[in-house]
Amino acid sequence: MSDLALGIRQVRYTNKAFWRNPASAFFTFAFPLMFLVIFTALFGNDTVGVFGERISTSTFYVAAIAAFSIITATYTNLAISVVFQRDAGILKRTRGTPLPGWAYLFGRIVHAILVAALLVVIVAAFGAAFYHARLPSRTLPAFLVTIAVGAASFSALGLALTGLIPNAEAAPAVVQAIILPLLFLSDIFIPIQDPNAWYVKLAKVFPVYHFSQAMKAAYFSPAGNGFRSGDLLVIGIWGVVGVLAAVRLFTWEPKR
Amino acid sequence: MNDTAIEIGGLRKSYGNVEAVRGIDLTVRLGQVFALLGPNGAGKTTTVEILEGFRDRDAGEVSVLGFDPSKRDRVLRSRIGIVLQSTGIDPYLTVAETIELFRGYYPHPRSVDEIVEVVGLREKRDTRVLRLSGGQQRRLDVAIALAGDPDLLFLDEPTTGFDPAARRGAWQVVKNLEALGKTIFLTTHYMDEAQVLAREVAVIADGRIVAQGPPATLGGRDTAATRVTFRLADGGPPLPDALAARAEVSEGLVRLRTGDATRTLHELTGWALDRGVRLEGLDVTRPSLEDVYLDLTGGEAEAEADEPAPARPGRRRRR
Repeated sequence: MSDLALGIRQVRYTNKAFWRNPASAFFTFAFPLMFLVIFTALFGNDTVGVFGERISTSTFYVAAIAAFSIITATYTNLAISVVFQRDAGILKRTRGTPLPGWAYLFGRIVHAILVAALLVVIVAAFGAAFYHARLPSRTLPAFLVTIAVGAASFSALGLALTGLIPNAEAAPAVVQAIILPLLFLSDIFIPIQDPNAWYVKLAKVFPVYHFSQAMKAAYFSPAGNGFRSGDLLVIGIWGVVGVLAAVRLFTWEPKR
Repeated sequence: MNDTAIEIGGLRKSYGNVEAVRGIDLTVRLGQVFALLGPNGAGKTTTVEILEGFRDRDAGEVSVLGFDPSKRDRVLRSRIGIVLQSTGIDPYLTVAETIELFRGYYPHPRSVDEIVEVVGLREKRDTRVLRLSGGQQRRLDVAIALAGDPDLLFLDEPTTGFDPAARRGAWQVVKNLEALGKTIFLTTHYMDEAQVLAREVAVIADGRIVAQGPPATLGGRDTAATRVTFRLADGGPPLPDALAARAEVSEGLVRLRTGDATRTLHELTGWALDRGVRLEGLDVTRPSLEDVYLDLTGGEAEAEADEPAPARPGRRRRR
């Protein structure tokens, strides 16, 4: 079997195991929708300025939660599940076989990205049905490229983070403590009111903010192709940093 | 490579200031079941993980099937099977799916049917891993290690934490593997396990090999002194001088050590019958592997005394 075939086989087995845990699979998909419903219920009657137009906040949340879905499925879920697998000895066990290490990680990353893609489809369909969020058509290429760049970069960051997480018990806390503040500050959970506020300047350092802007552009950009190359560049740079950090920090064995 | 499976010379490994392995030399022949026996913390796992390619060594020469394991050569990894000390298997796949997953990693895998047969999991083929008992999961560990039909198998403490029945089952699996002609490198802290399974045993203590040989002759066990013990009633006649010179007496209990048990027993029982002396609780004991082991590893083996262990072959009741 070629190495690529081995990698694709890993995706299949990862997927099979994923669906065998229905509670985990259900909440992976229910979680973002739950946030979408809650946020639109709380703030949906408002309007928000996007690219010079006022749109309903509930429509805004469709793009925001699509971005959130991708971050959750890649960064959050990947980091937590890989640390669990590491601490359970599954990574070490695999390391003792002829399977190349990258093929194992390829399986997990590609599976995470497939879940992210499915989540975006669900959120977009839900948004189109209930919150007047037109599906991107003119900006579809930008939409797909933004998702791909974001999913890849946040996967790399999630993988890099596993190297800093001491054990499985600490994984959810560490992962959420990093991402939750950024989700609040980065135009995802709450629309930014004052673009000049100090916290926006802070948020701009991190990829979450740029990802939310790129996703919104791909969704709502009134003219043009919806590409936000500056934002994509920042996300991509963070992705490269993630890959380099993962190479240095990632371990196949539990940390003691 | 003639018939050598593993060759270790002057192996050393430290963790910080702690020297875990302090200069080990070992040779394991192809087709041999070899046990590295020692108490916890003696350096067993460090040694086996260096052989498996998980740890780098600080010094020494190591050859596994002609490869240097620290290079992590893929060809070597396709020829060895590894059972780690703790299980690590995805809980949501079935037994057959798990074996199938690992089979795909190897160029010449064994069939799933054969594997479940060898490890005794045929009835559990379609059971998910999370529904297996601890002993069954451990057997699945062995099954995965067999997926690539390896020439050499590493088993790191394969039965630690097992109940006696599960241990017997695991031992049978190792016997089956030996019959298939596999070379097996086993670590254990149970002497009975080493005695039952291995053709060659090396005892490791404090990072050094303190004895090596077949279980029957380990540590000079075959030539070591036999112990004769018995009780003498108070006020009876004294032992003859020839015996008294070699006897230790405390509170009526007499202990004799002898290199010639036949002659000593003849002298002793002859004297007893002549004088009408009853030798209460007469017991003749050859040193068991456990005696040798406790002797070699010092007090470090004490901790193991609390662990459950089934009957020890060759061990005599002592008073």
